[in-house]
Amino acid sequence: MLIMTGVNKTFNAGTVNERKALCGVDFTLKDGDFVTIVGSNGAGKSTLFNVISGTYYVDFGRILLDGRDVTYLPEYKRSAFIGHLFQDPLKGTAPHMTIEENLAVAYLHSSGKNRIFGRIKKADREFFREKLSELNMGLEDRMKTPVGILSGGQRQALTLLMATMVTPSLLLLDEHTAALDPATADKVLELTKKIVREREISCLMITHNMHQALSLGNRTIMMDSGRILLDVSGEERNRMSVQDLLDKFAESTGEALDNDRMLLGGNG
Amino acid sequence: MAGMLGVFQTALEVGLIYSLVAMALFISFSILNIADLSTDGCFTLGCAVGATVTLAGHPVLAIFAAMAAGVLSGYVTAFLQTKLGVESILAGIIVNTGLYTVNLAVMGFSSNLSVFGCDTVFSLAKGFIGGKWYKLAVIAVIVLLVCIILIRFLGTTLGLSVRATGDSPDMVSASSINPAFTVTVGLCAANSLTGLAGCLIGQYNKNCDINLGTGMVTIALASLIIGQAIFGRGNMRLKVFGVVIGSVIYRFIVALALRINISAEYFKLVSALIVAVAIAAPKMREKLAFMRKKSVSMRKMRKEVMSDVNNDRREQNL
Repeated sequence: MLIMTGVNKTFNAGTVNERKALCGVDFTLKDGDFVTIVGSNGAGKSTLFNVISGTYYVDFGRILLDGRDVTYLPEYKRSAFIGHLFQDPLKGTAPHMTIEENLAVAYLHSSGKNRIFGRIKKADREFFREKLSELNMGLEDRMKTPVGILSGGQRQALTLLMATMVTPSLLLLDEHTAALDPATADKVLELTKKIVREREISCLMITHNMHQALSLGNRTIMMDSGRILLDVSGEERNRMSVQDLLDKFAESTGEALDNDRMLLGGNG
Repeated sequence: MAGMLGVFQTALEVGLIYSLVAMALFISFSILNIADLSTDGCFTLGCAVGATVTLAGHPVLAIFAAMAAGVLSGYVTAFLQTKLGVESILAGIIVNTGLYTVNLAVMGFSSNLSVFGCDTVFSLAKGFIGGKWYKLAVIAVIVLLVCIILIRFLGTTLGLSVRATGDSPDMVSASSINPAFTVTVGLCAANSLTGLAGCLIGQYNKNCDINLGTGMVTIALASLIIGQAIFGRGNMRLKVFGVVIGSVIYRFIVALALRINISAEYFKLVSALIVAVAIAAPKMREKLAFMRKKSVSMRKMRKEVMSDVNNDRREQNL
C-alpha cells in the first residue's frame, strides 16, 4: 500500500523559473490497485512518479510504502521494491550487455541473492529462460545477444520483465508504450496486463490515451497543475465515457484539454 | 640481428607492463565511460611507492603497496565525483596535480630515486629461472594473472553492475545498484592496475623519476584503441586480450620508429602522432568509405547522363 500525504515539489524555487510541480498531493493506493493517470503536459504526472521512485526528494510531505517511510530513502534503495518503466524503451536496459547479463543485473540485486562476487549459475540461466519464454518473443534462444540490437518493443518487454522478475511492491509505468508502433504497443500492454494481473502487483500508469485510461485497471485519476482533480473508481468509472472524462476536465479547470494527442488518442 | 631481437624483447616486456595501464583505462574509459586523467600521477605514485618499499628490501611487498596506493588514489578521484559532484575529468586533473607533491614526498622530496643494486622481483626471478627471458616470464605471469582476475571479476554480480553503470546510467538507478559505489569500485580497481604497472616499471628500470608518468594516459589510450580496433567486437575475454595485444603493438611501433633512427628527442611527438592516428583511424575510415561511395555513385550518374546525351545525339542523327 502506498500512502502519500501533503506531497509538495517545486522546481527552481525563488527564481523566475519557479514551477510548482506538485501542490499538496494526498493519494492512497491500495494493494492490487491498478490506477491510470491522465493529465495535460506539465500536470505533474511524471514528477509524481519521480518523487515516488526517489529521482527527486519531496519538499514537504510523506511517502509511505507498505508501512515503511521511504520519503528520504535514496533511489537505488527504493528500486529494490519499486519498478519504473519510461517512455523511452532504450532507457531501461544496457545495450552493450547481453540479455542474460541484463537480467542478471536486475535479478541478482533485488532477489536477496546479492553475493557481490556471485556469478550467473545454471539455475539462474534456467530461470531467465523460463521468464523470457513468457514474453513470446523468442528471446529465450538469444540470451547471449547484446540488448542493443533488439527492437524497441523487445527492449521494453525486457525492461518490464526485469522490473517484475522479483515481484515489486509497486510498478510505475510512465507512458511505457507511447514510443512503440501500435502493434508492438499492444503486445507490450498485453504483457503488462498479464504480469500485473497474475502477480497482483499494485500499479500506477500514466497514459495519454483516454480510452486506455478508462478501460485499463480499476481506478483513474486526473491531474492538473500539480493537483489531483479527479479520482474515479468502481461503478462511477464503469459508467464513464471518454467524453465524460474530457468534460470533467474542462469543468474543473475551466479550459479544454490542451493536448491533441489525448484527444486523437481518445478513440484508440 | 641479435640487437634487433633485443629491441623487440624489450618492446614486448615494456609493452606487457604498460598493458596493465591500458587495462586500467579499459575499466575506466571503456567500461565506466569515465576519462580518468589521474592516470599519469597514479603511475608515478605506484613507481614511487614501489621504489621506496623496494629500497627497504621488500620487492614483492612493494607490488602490493603500490597497488594499495593506486586504490587510494582511485578512491579520492571517485570520492570527488560521486560524493562532491566534481566533473569526472576535472576530478582526475585535480588528483593528478595533487599527486605530484604526494609523489615527491614519497620519494623524500627528490625528483629521482634509484633502486640500483636492490633486490627486485626480476633479480629474484633471475635466481630461480636464469637465462635471458626471466624478466619476460615474471611480467607475463603477472599480466596473465591480472587478465584472468579481471575477466572473472567482470562476470560477477559486482562486475556486471560496474559494466551496467557505464553502459546505461538510467537502467542502473532503476535496478537498485548504487552508482556511486560501482564507480568507486571501478576506479579503485583501475588505479590499482596503474599503480602495479608503475611499480613494475620502476623495478624494471631500477629507477623512479618524478616525470615518469607524463603522457601515460595518452599512450595507454592509444594501446586501448589499437586493441579495440582489432578485437573490439569480441566477447569480454577477447577484448581484454586485445588490450594487451594493442599495448604490445604500440611498443613495437615505437621500437620501430626508434630503430629507423628517429632520435629520442622526437619520441613524444612520435607518440602523439601514433595516438592521433590511432584515435582518428575509425573516423577516417568511415569518411574514406563515404567518399568512395560518393565518387562511385557520381561516376555512375555521369555515365547515365552521358549515355542519355549520346542517345539523344544518335536519335538526332537518324
